[in-house]
Amino acid sequence: MPVNVVMPQMGESVTEGTVVRWIRKVGDHVDRDEPLFEISTDKVDAEIPSPAAGTLAAIHVKEGETVPIDALVAVIAQAGEAVEAGPQADGVPEKSTTVAPEARIVGVAPSAAVAPVEAPAAERAEGAAVHARDGGRLRSSPLVRRIASEHQVDIGSIPGSGIGGRVTKHDILRVVEGGGAARRPLSPPRHDSGVVAQRAAQPVGQPIGGPAPAFADGERHAAVPLGVMRKKIAQHMVHSQATAAHVHSVFEVDFSHVDRLRRAKKDDYERAGVKLTFLSFIARAVVEALEQAPILNASHDGEKVVYHQDVNLGIAVALDWGLIVPVIHRAHERDLRELSRGIVDLATRARAKQLKNEEVHGGTFTITNPGTFGAQFGMPIINQPQLAILGVGTIEKRPVVIDDGIAIRLRAYLTLGFDHRLIDGIVADQFMALVKDRIEHFDPAAV
Amino acid sequence: MSRRLVIRRLGRIGYADGVDLQKALVQQRVAGEIDDTLLLVEHPPVITLGVKTRGNLANVRADAEALAAQGVAIHESGRGGDVTYHGPGQLVGYPIIDLKPDRQDVHRYVRDLEEVLIRAAADFGLEAGRSKGFSGAWVGDAKLAAIGVRISRWVTSHGFALNVTTDLAGFGLIVPCGITDRGVTSLSALLGRDVPMADAERSVVTHFAAVFDRETAA
Repeated sequence: MPVNVVMPQMGESVTEGTVVRWIRKVGDHVDRDEPLFEISTDKVDAEIPSPAAGTLAAIHVKEGETVPIDALVAVIAQAGEAVEAGPQADGVPEKSTTVAPEARIVGVAPSAAVAPVEAPAAERAEGAAVHARDGGRLRSSPLVRRIASEHQVDIGSIPGSGIGGRVTKHDILRVVEGGGAARRPLSPPRHDSGVVAQRAAQPVGQPIGGPAPAFADGERHAAVPLGVMRKKIAQHMVHSQATAAHVHSVFEVDFSHVDRLRRAKKDDYERAGVKLTFLSFIARAVVEALEQAPILNASHDGEKVVYHQDVNLGIAVALDWGLIVPVIHRAHERDLRELSRGIVDLATRARAKQLKNEEVHGGTFTITNPGTFGAQFGMPIINQPQLAILGVGTIEKRPVVIDDGIAIRLRAYLTLGFDHRLIDGIVADQFMALVKDRIEHFDPAAV
Repeated sequence: MSRRLVIRRLGRIGYADGVDLQKALVQQRVAGEIDDTLLLVEHPPVITLGVKTRGNLANVRADAEALAAQGVAIHESGRGGDVTYHGPGQLVGYPIIDLKPDRQDVHRYVRDLEEVLIRAAADFGLEAGRSKGFSGAWVGDAKLAAIGVRISRWVTSHGFALNVTTDLAGFGLIVPCGITDRGVTSLSALLGRDVPMADAERSVVTHFAAVFDRETAA
C-alpha cells in the first residue's frame, strides 16, 4: 500500500515549510529513515527521512515550493506495488494509509513514522472510514469527526477549506445543515488490517457540495477579497445563467456600406463634438429592429411577460475591475447623432464613476462589444430581467464570395443571446435578419 | 535527572572541518552513540551561505577575487538562513543535541538559543533582545549574535555565532542574513573593552545548560 509523505509540522507555531532539496528522485529506492528531502522553515533547515521503505513513486512539491503542514509532498510505493498513474496526477493517491495519529511528525521522529500502527480504540470506534485520508492531507479535529460520525458523513468527500485542505467545523456544518451532495453512507469500515481503513473507491473530482479546496494565501497565492462590484456581478451572472434558457445565434454582417457612410460623415460629427462609431450604427439598427420585435424588448417577471413601450438601450462598458451597463433611455426617440453622443457620454462617465443611479437602471435590451478586445464573437449572458442581449464581434476585412467572385469586405459576427423560455429561434433569427438588413442597407439620409 | 551535555572546546578550526565533524557527530547522536554535545569553535574568516541562498550571491557584496585577496573563503552550508560571516573573535556554538522527546519544535529551539545568548549578554551588563521577524540576539538595531540551524531527525547542528571581539569590518563583505537596513555589533564594541573569549564561553555554557536543562560534562 503506498505511503503518503506529508510536510511535517516542525513546531507549534510552524504552519508551512519549503522544500529546498529532494535528496531522492522519483523511481529511486529508499529505505525507511533514509534522508528523503530537505525543508526550510524560517531560520531552520531540516532533513526529512522516508517514513517507509519502497520506491519514491511521486513527488508533488517541487524544490523551492512552500506548502502548508500536512500537505502531501510525496508518495512511496512499497515493494511489489505498481506505481499508479491516474489518481496521483492531482496529488491524491487512490488509497492512502493512515500513518498513525502522530503523522504530523512523520519522518522527523522515526519511531512515530511507521505505518501502519495501531490507532487508539476510541478513534476507531468513532468511524474508521472517517480518517481514511488522515495520513494524507485531509486531517480533521475530533469535533469534526464526531459531527461526521453522528451525521453519517464521509469526511473524505468534503472539500476542506482549512490549512492543507483540512475539513473544518464550518465545512462539515455546511454539509450537514445543507444535506449537501457530500452526504452519503459511510463506506463499511475495514478492520482486517487492524487500523487502516480504506475509502471506498470513489472517482476523484466528482461533483460535491461546497467550494473547491482553498489555496492558502502565501508566496505563490494571493487571496484578495472580492469588492462589492465584483460580488454583484458574480451574483447577477450566476442568477441569469440559472434563470434563463440561454440560446445563442450568430449572424455575419457586412459593414462595408456603413464604413463608407461613417468615413463620409465622421468629420462632420467630430466638429459637432460627437464621435461616430460602428457601435452607433449598430445601436440605431437594433433600436429599429426592436420596434418590429417587441418580445425582444421585454422582460420576464416569473409569471408574466412585460412588454416595454420604450427602448432603453444598455451598453456594456468594461471597467478596470468589472463592468457596468449604463442605459440610454428612450433610445428610439434619438437619431444617430444623439445615440452616438449618448454612447460616448455614458461610457466616459462610467469609467470616471460619474453615472447617476437612474442611468444604470431600467434597461430593456443590452449591447455588449467583446470585439473591441479582438473576440470574433461572444456568447453573452442575458442581463436580467431582460430577454436578449447582442454581442458584437471584431469588425475586420474578410474575403467574401459575391456573385462567384471573391471580394474583400468589412465584416463582423453579431451574436444574439436570447431566453428560449419566451423567445423561439425563428423570432430571434427574424430579429437578427432585420438588424443585419438595417446595417447593410443603412439609410444614408439618416446619417 | 538532567541529560548529560558534553562541552567540546575546539579552538580555531576551518569551517569545512567543522561541518564534517558535525555531520559525523549528528550520525553518532542519531544512533545514540554519544551524548548531547556542544561544540565551541572559532573560524578563520569565511563567508557561509544558508540553504535559502542556493548559490545566489546577491547578499555577498565583495567579488570572489577581493575575498580571496583578503583570505576569506566562501562556503555553502546546510544550515537555515541567508549569508553570514565568521571570523576570529567570534564564538561559534554548534549544539549537537537530540530534541526528542520533549523539545520537538523548531521555533522553540531557535527561541531557546536566543534566550541563551540574551542571558549571556546580560552577564556583561548588556540588555539584548529579540527582533520580531528576525532570529538572533539584538542590541538596539544591531545584531550581536546570529542563528542558523539544521535539524535532522530532531538532532540539531549548526547553531549560533556570538560576536565577542569580532572585527566587524568582516561583515562589510556581506549583507548579514540578507537584512539590509540593520547593523552588526560585538560585546567588545558595545563595552569599549576587550572581552576575553573564555569569559564569553563560560557564560554561554552556563546558560545553555540552564535553558536546555542539561548537566554539563567536559
